[in-house]
Amino acid sequence: MSEPLVFHFEVDVSDFTSAGTASVTVKKNLRQLGLPSDVIRKLSIAMYEGEINMVIHAEGGTADVIVTEEYIDIILKDHGPGIPDVDLAMQEGYSTATAQIHSLGFGAGMGLPNMKRYSDEMKIDTELGVGTTVTMRIWIR
Amino acid sequence: MKISDVKELLDAEVLCGEENLGHDVFSACGCDMMSDVLAFAKDQAVLLTGLVNPQVVRTAEMMDMVCIVFVRSKRPSEAILKLAEASGIVVMATRVRMYEACGRLYINGLRGDKLKEHV
Repeated sequence: MSEPLVFHFEVDVSDFTSAGTASVTVKKNLRQLGLPSDVIRKLSIAMYEGEINMVIHAEGGTADVIVTEEYIDIILKDHGPGIPDVDLAMQEGYSTATAQIHSLGFGAGMGLPNMKRYSDEMKIDTELGVGTTVTMRIWIR
Repeated sequence: MKISDVKELLDAEVLCGEENLGHDVFSACGCDMMSDVLAFAKDQAVLLTGLVNPQVVRTAEMMDMVCIVFVRSKRPSEAILKLAEASGIVVMATRVRMYEACGRLYINGLRGDKLKEHV
């Protein structure tokens, strides 16, 4: 694998039940590539949390996964309201999700902390009223 | 224990994945909050939950779980079962409530965290 492998998804935010389909697709593809199971697991949890976040908080977005021989990058870009206080959002347990989201089993304030926990590097670029881009890198070796 | 033992202990009905009942499982996690499953579960193979929506299956798949038990007589939709089938996950439903279900499995050797058994 000399050329990076690229996956691109439009994340559908109109229907919560479909959230996570991109992560499932990536996970299945990476399994077929024979990548180490711990790498696949870290990537899929981090990406799934990101996808859920996009559906809960944003109004549309894209997910790109770039697989090289050395690392995997996940780039989640949304056009949501932006994050007013990133440090606060990174605190475990802090959430602005609605009661409806809680009833669906999410919004415990673990999304962004989990994304940081399961990725090796994470960067958040956010602008109020414009959107948020989260870039995560997971090293394969 | 095997997934078939989980079925027997919880007097559960298997809704899909019958062909995988012979798989061994060593630990389980009982939780209605999928955020917390993603945050705290480690190598748990069985997920017990009272939450019924497709994200339960996706969460299980992300965590490499092989069996979902819906407690308190909750019944998943056909769409949920199809997702589980596509991922080879065994789904069962039991009338037993969460606390009791976890207790029955734990007392019979299915622990919360596989890692702790080796300490």
